[in-house]
Amino acid sequence: MSFFLADKVAPYAWFPEGASSFAPQVDFLFTVILWICIVFFVPIVIAMGYFMWVYRERPGYRGSPEALHNTAIEITWTVVPTIVVVWVFWEGAMGYLDMARIPKGTVDVNVTAKKWQWAFKYENGGEHEVIPVENSSVTELPLLVLPVDRDIKIIMRSDDVLHSFYIPAFRAKRDVVPGRYNYMWFHTTKEGLYDLFCTEYCGDNHSQMNAKVKVVSQEEYKKALEKAIQEPEDPLERGKLLYKRQGCSTCHNAGAEGASGPGPSYNGSWGKPVQLESGSEVAFDENYIRESILNPQAKARKGYGKASPMNSYAGKLKDDQIDALITFIKSLENANSATKK
Amino acid sequence: MSVVDRPITAPVHSEVDSYPEHHFLNHSKGFLSWALTLDHKRIGLMYLVGVMSSFALGGAFALMIRIHLWNFKDGWLSNQTYNQVFTLHGAIMVFLFIIPSVPAALGNFLLPVMLGTKDVAFPRLNLSSFYLWVTGLILFLTALSVTGLDTGWTFYTPYSIETQQGGAVLAATFGVFVLGFSSIFTGLNFIVTINTMRPPGMTWFRMPLFLWAIYATSIIQVLATPVLGITVLLLSAERLLGIGIFDPKLNGDPVTFQHFFWFYSHPAVYIMILPAMGIISELMSVHCHKGIFGYRMIAYSSIAIALFGFLVWGHHMFTSGMADVTTIVFSALTFTVSIPSAIKVFNWLGTMYQGTVSLNTPMLYALAFIFLFTIGGLTGLPLGALSTDMHFHDTYFVVAHFHYVMMGGTLVAFLGGVFHWWPKMTGRMFNDKLGIVSAIIVFVGFNLTFLPQFVLGSRGMPRRYATYLPEFQPLHQLSTIGSITLGSGLLLALIVLLMSLVNGKKAPRNPWGGATLEWMCSSPPPHDNFSSAPTVGDPYDFSNIEYDGRVGGYVKRT
Repeated sequence: MSFFLADKVAPYAWFPEGASSFAPQVDFLFTVILWICIVFFVPIVIAMGYFMWVYRERPGYRGSPEALHNTAIEITWTVVPTIVVVWVFWEGAMGYLDMARIPKGTVDVNVTAKKWQWAFKYENGGEHEVIPVENSSVTELPLLVLPVDRDIKIIMRSDDVLHSFYIPAFRAKRDVVPGRYNYMWFHTTKEGLYDLFCTEYCGDNHSQMNAKVKVVSQEEYKKALEKAIQEPEDPLERGKLLYKRQGCSTCHNAGAEGASGPGPSYNGSWGKPVQLESGSEVAFDENYIRESILNPQAKARKGYGKASPMNSYAGKLKDDQIDALITFIKSLENANSATKK
Repeated sequence: MSVVDRPITAPVHSEVDSYPEHHFLNHSKGFLSWALTLDHKRIGLMYLVGVMSSFALGGAFALMIRIHLWNFKDGWLSNQTYNQVFTLHGAIMVFLFIIPSVPAALGNFLLPVMLGTKDVAFPRLNLSSFYLWVTGLILFLTALSVTGLDTGWTFYTPYSIETQQGGAVLAATFGVFVLGFSSIFTGLNFIVTINTMRPPGMTWFRMPLFLWAIYATSIIQVLATPVLGITVLLLSAERLLGIGIFDPKLNGDPVTFQHFFWFYSHPAVYIMILPAMGIISELMSVHCHKGIFGYRMIAYSSIAIALFGFLVWGHHMFTSGMADVTTIVFSALTFTVSIPSAIKVFNWLGTMYQGTVSLNTPMLYALAFIFLFTIGGLTGLPLGALSTDMHFHDTYFVVAHFHYVMMGGTLVAFLGGVFHWWPKMTGRMFNDKLGIVSAIIVFVGFNLTFLPQFVLGSRGMPRRYATYLPEFQPLHQLSTIGSITLGSGLLLALIVLLMSLVNGKKAPRNPWGGATLEWMCSSPPPHDNFSSAPTVGDPYDFSNIEYDGRVGGYVKRT
């Protein structure tokens, strides 16, 4: 259903460009509501201004205190808004049902949210890549690649706390709730690069828990899927890729990359003794790295709090992937520890 | 003060309208005479000082937030500090300022005077609720500042469970619970007082509308606040006994916490706005010198809002993955609240029609309220409608919407009420010209702060973000400029009020021409308010209230 207002006004109105099949529907309803608001608000303000002027207190003027009640007017201004809100409710509910009913034959994407990184897994088991971003509080973001003109189903899970998956261009949002799967779907309509935000507060780097969504042609999507299952042969390159893809970079600095906190930097750590919160000391070696990945709370490092916010990677990383990460951290043995805590 | 020259009519009224020698402020002296007072007026004033200080503190945090957001990255606060600051801002404003602002401060002072009684039904309970409030305040602020709680004022689990050090969330929610008890006591006291102590002649439908609003608010306070206690109990059971309720690690469900939290906190929104609507009803009729339009509709709509307000908490969770039927039902119920609110706005406008509108400080705040509250209410429509809410949920659109209602609504009405009853409470007139300037600066600053946030939210800017995309920066800077304007307007309002204590003219009995009982006793009222219970008629009958230039105020022609 197309309505001339939505087509004519929406492009110049407040909204970002729409890129899903929900966008016209949401923009239409919002545009109508905006006009309803204007139709109510402008007369209210005009009446207020007019009464302020005409009935202002001044010498020689005395208002008449009779107009205290008028059944016809009072019924009118009860019934008219009621009809209006019933319509708004109905349109909103119908639009919502479209968003809630997931069609068959979708392209499925598994989304895992954790503090403070989105992880995307495609149907073939492949994982997302990470792209550099400019002019931002972060240097790189995970990239979700989607085919254009398809129904996409998002299957969402949280590793830790509440998050929320929001793509403004798609007018779509759903909370990611730990302990259960939440679903959402949308139909992509336009190729392009869009923003994805976490919109449920989740702690320190909540505002940096963003991602990019790239909607591409069907052929390009196939190519991206093939690329997503590949990991380099070389352990160092593989470790570097995993460092970004698994979200280590959102808390740990390595070389000149990654966030400067809240986790300790990898730079110049290898082989040096590590002070623990308990007062003892351990060597920074293969065993320590492996244990810290699988059971982050086991040996809490001094100065980083008693309760590490890091989640265990047990069951998520294979042994040879952990080996690759160890190789990567080893390579940073002589890097400058430039990170602030 | 009204600056209009009216023909002086000789007062038939025999009492000389002069500043009373003995009144509640000088009735007794010394610290203990205040600390242990059972006088509702002194308790009300102590609350007033308390809530205004809380507001100043919360406002300082608001300015810190806005200044931090001047740049899209590398603001002057770290992410962690920013998160703590917005938590402090929200928690202080909601629990320490808005909820007690009108009922506890103005309500305490005015309710017995408007009823023509000497005090509330249970004066000792009243004092104990003040001390509970102080205890809750200390507990709450200690919990927030010592542990650096950064959960936002909503304490959503499981983040709040994971982040807490030494049970910070438990301590903070316990503080809220104690504050809640203070609120329950006040509500209970007001309900009993209104039910049993109305003066002869004051039937339910001859009650001032402020009292109707306070009555509706009290019902919510008594019925909704206990749920907060249950939530605290469940949180402690989970933490101390390891029973899984909210924590998914123990097979709990975090959405359950949201249900519990909003079952209290949504009715609490109406604890915040209903008394403000009561103030506006008083201000509009008194400063238009005309009876309120559609008295019964306003009274009924207060009760309707209080009842519907209990049934709409789910609209805070439209995106949480509730069942679709539940979501749609909550959306439908949400819209029911919009109708009584709309009716009130129309009735206030109807009150101005053919009135005699005095454009003084309290009236300008009341007019600002109508403008801002109408925007706040109308922008609720796209949030109540489900498909549009999927886009707006948890964005700056929501932030702007509830600030228009809570701040543009409640705070502006509270200020209007403080200016309106200031001469009654302190016995001093303030500088009306400067007061008007403050109202205009607040109005302009407010819109400059929050209108850009509607646009930000529509464009997808999420709330509670310490850093953001560079394309949002110009609108954020506009909003920051607005917040500084707003802050200076509020500061001016405070200066105007404080200056009146130093060099304000002595206030007459009835400076604005009100017809309710509080204007019949001296300014400030004597210790016992009224020597005998007065007989009352229509609280909005202005026909024989005349300005008398010799007393500088209004007198009743008998």
